[in-house]
Amino acid sequence: MKHLLSTEDLSLANAVRILDTAEEMAAVGEREVKKLPALRGRTVVNLFFEDSTRTRISFEAAAKRLSADVINFAAKGSSVSKGESLKDTAQTLAAMGADAVVIRHWASGAPHRLAATDWIDAAVINAGDGTHEHPTQALLDAFTMRRHWSKLAGTPSAGADLKGMRVAIAGDVLHSRVARSNVWLLRTLGAEVTLVAPPTLLPIGVEKWPCAVSFDLDETLAQGVDAMMMLRVQGERMNASFFPTTREYSRRWGFDDNRLRALDTLGLKDTIIMHPGPMNRGLEISAAAADSPRSTVLAQVRNGVSIRMAALYLLLSGDTREPATTVTASAAASHAANPNLTYSHQESH
Amino acid sequence: MTSVPSAPGPAKVVLTRVVLNQADIDRALTRIAHEILEANKGSQDLVLLGIPRRGYPLAVRLAAKIAAADPTVDAAAIVGQLDVTMFRDDLSHQPTRPPYPTQLPRTGIDNKVVVLIDDVLYSGRTIRAALDALIDLGRPRIVRLAVLIDRGHRELPIRADHVGKNLPTSSAEKVRVRLEETDSVDGAPVNEVVIEATA
Amino acid sequence: MAEQQQHADNSGAYLIRGAAILGGAAEDILIRDGIIAARGNQLDADGAGVRDATVIDAAGLVALPGMVDIHTHLREPGREDAETVETGTRAAALGGYTAVHAMANSTPVADTAGVVEQVLTLGRTAGWVDVRPVGAVTVGLAGEQLAELGAMADSRAHVRVFSDDGICVHDPVLMRRALEYVKAFDGVVAQHAQEPRLTAGAQMNEGEVSAVLGLAGWPAVAEESIIARDVLLAQHVGSRLHVCHVSTAGSVEIIRWAKSRGVNVTAEVTPHHLWLTDELARSYDPVYKVNPPLRTDADVQALRAALADGTIDVVGTDHAPHPSEHKECEWAQAAMGMTGLETALSVVQHTMIETGLMGWDDFARVTSTAPAAIGRLQDQGRPLETGEPANVILVDPAARWTVDPSKMATMGRNSPFAGRELPGKVMATFFKGHPTVLDGKLNTPYRWPADAVDAAPSGRP
Repeated sequence: MKHLLSTEDLSLANAVRILDTAEEMAAVGEREVKKLPALRGRTVVNLFFEDSTRTRISFEAAAKRLSADVINFAAKGSSVSKGESLKDTAQTLAAMGADAVVIRHWASGAPHRLAATDWIDAAVINAGDGTHEHPTQALLDAFTMRRHWSKLAGTPSAGADLKGMRVAIAGDVLHSRVARSNVWLLRTLGAEVTLVAPPTLLPIGVEKWPCAVSFDLDETLAQGVDAMMMLRVQGERMNASFFPTTREYSRRWGFDDNRLRALDTLGLKDTIIMHPGPMNRGLEISAAAADSPRSTVLAQVRNGVSIRMAALYLLLSGDTREPATTVTASAAASHAANPNLTYSHQESH
Repeated sequence: MTSVPSAPGPAKVVLTRVVLNQADIDRALTRIAHEILEANKGSQDLVLLGIPRRGYPLAVRLAAKIAAADPTVDAAAIVGQLDVTMFRDDLSHQPTRPPYPTQLPRTGIDNKVVVLIDDVLYSGRTIRAALDALIDLGRPRIVRLAVLIDRGHRELPIRADHVGKNLPTSSAEKVRVRLEETDSVDGAPVNEVVIEATA
Repeated sequence: MAEQQQHADNSGAYLIRGAAILGGAAEDILIRDGIIAARGNQLDADGAGVRDATVIDAAGLVALPGMVDIHTHLREPGREDAETVETGTRAAALGGYTAVHAMANSTPVADTAGVVEQVLTLGRTAGWVDVRPVGAVTVGLAGEQLAELGAMADSRAHVRVFSDDGICVHDPVLMRRALEYVKAFDGVVAQHAQEPRLTAGAQMNEGEVSAVLGLAGWPAVAEESIIARDVLLAQHVGSRLHVCHVSTAGSVEIIRWAKSRGVNVTAEVTPHHLWLTDELARSYDPVYKVNPPLRTDADVQALRAALADGTIDVVGTDHAPHPSEHKECEWAQAAMGMTGLETALSVVQHTMIETGLMGWDDFARVTSTAPAAIGRLQDQGRPLETGEPANVILVDPAARWTVDPSKMATMGRNSPFAGRELPGKVMATFFKGHPTVLDGKLNTPYRWPADAVDAAPSGRP
């Protein structure tokens, strides 16, 4: 893996490898010395064209825990006011010796351009591009779900996928990179996904996606759901007629207290409630739901650091002069303290 | 120990010779287990940490032998796994290696007598990485090293306290340890140590 | 090819030997004094009283009427960083064109007699092709007030085609008035069909690919609904309408229906819409960003069938060069447009002739005869017969070449065919009997008579 740009083309083997590596990284966070020397001497640049303190801090913490040096570059300019061009910015970073560029951009496809052209040589990690993808968010969501799902099954999460887990994602799918990244990754990991939204907030062509689509949140809950993920909805969308009022949106598609109670009456005692944040309490999710014991919002944030550590490590630690080889599925599948490993290492003691 | 021309390569012939068979390995481990107890004057505060991959099954076997010699020992409670991948000094010269899990015994390693277990001691760099990994996890009272094979060619000032067999080799040779927990030949589990030389 | 003689005063004579006329039987063509002096088998130049005719061995080559582009952006005045009339018309000549209609979205906009006459003069000074300026429909392309269409028609530029291309004339009342008004001077309104509110912020075709890529969609209905309205308006007021760059199967259906009801509508398709689909956007490479956007394969097939059966009348390149910094960036920031003058013939040969949908005679119709008729050009798109103006090209259909934008005459490096191997090469272009292109390379431009550089174009009725 040279770059992490999307989950759409992330193989099962690589996805499980990232999740398993993140388990080890999470363990580091519980030690006295929360640091590993693996990326010592490497430089990670956070190139953020869109404001996002939370994601940026998460990547910064991840890089620092691996002993990498971090440079934060808040690029000026937006879709409204053009600043320095992406090409010039990228080449400046390359001249400063960046080994990895974590890029968040308002234009879909910007990380792909960075990776495809010869402007820089560094590894590119997509921290969210327009309405296209947010792969580390989907990975930390899957990591959170996997821990929960394996715990329910009584099996270790290392090496596991999400086969059979029913996941519902509700909100503004049309404009959501989190929704897209999650749909592809959950499909790869074997979960069953249902998208719930008003018809105006579903893209043309969604019927071809590997998931079910519903306009009715209550019906989706009644059919059984193991994880309920709420997406952020911008209230201003009502001014472009995506829905008439925020009140009507909340009533039909918001996870309000009624739906929180419904989880109990439907006997869904283990169903978790997820949200990528930041939350619009009262719009897409009620305060009670956000704060309930079912909510994994804080765990998602914690897991974000572990996942980003895993991503940085897997992209940067190896011989970056050549692209790292992909691990075969069998090798990645059994990665616990299981002696029966068939991992093909170069042994050198 | 005979020369057996083996397997692959259209142009090369690889000569392998078996230096330890299953019974030899078992005897060596029994002796090491007793040496560990002797050096520690008993089983108090002992922790065996195997270095993946093959160090871990060796640690499990050693713990069983120690428990056989001293019934007060709960074999499963003194064994753990210490992954050293993140502390290696050659990360940027190899393809990316995902880490193995690190699992310490429930009682931890602070103030314990930690015996690191590995299959082959060669340059010593893995053990150097293991010491760095260990220090980030806690503060053992003593750290010792037990290896099944010491094949020489040290690049760092590292030595083992307990050695199954000293095996002088040339750097052109490869030492292969096969344990039934991790390896099989033609589908059958195997326990042996072989030296491979390319003719 | 024999030696080429440079005739600074266009006085050269040329004997083309053994060219397949419109892809048919091979004959000779004698060009002299700007016209086809003779055509037949085994022509004897000396016998026709022509000394020193340059002989061109055209065995294996196809002779076609000079191509006429109904839709080109030459960018000058105002955007000379992207292209100039000089560089754009060089590209046109190399592409086999002898006339191009230069769209009005320059800076300043070509909405007055003064600007269109300036563009005419630039074209004549350059001398590579006949540059026919297109006049804007509305002042400043703002869509509010009719531009002085009559003044532009009466100017030395003799404008007959009017278009706000780049922008849709979306106000139905304004479109009606424009359609009516141009009848006074046999003009035609060429519409860029794009409902603006349905395509606000649009980046690519709205469909399965845009849903996955997270790029705002440009739905087919935004083109089709405007075309549907405009053909009905044209019928109602009894005017002729031209539809620029048709891109969807639905648009084809509407135009076919309109023609069957006798509506006087003509339609144009670009070479890239005959070949490329929105799948190419998956790379996020802005070289594939264009307006109207690349559509689906079903649309491509419908457009090919329509060009073959005449529902679509002409091929127009919509040649749109951009400076590289407007394409070497994120998709959303990039300018829309592709170059096309130098690749048009090859792309049409690949998509239409080599697939058996058209022959070279049909090619001549859609690239020369029909566009000349729409633009009311009296001296272009003429049959290759004795006495006709010598706007002739020679094409080698067996040639294969690889597209390298850095070697093109156009300043624009934004060709979506970069790196592809294409069939067919223009070996010679004769403009008014003078070779602007010989042996596949630029030769010399045509020298207009000094008083003609600022004079009205020939062929005024």
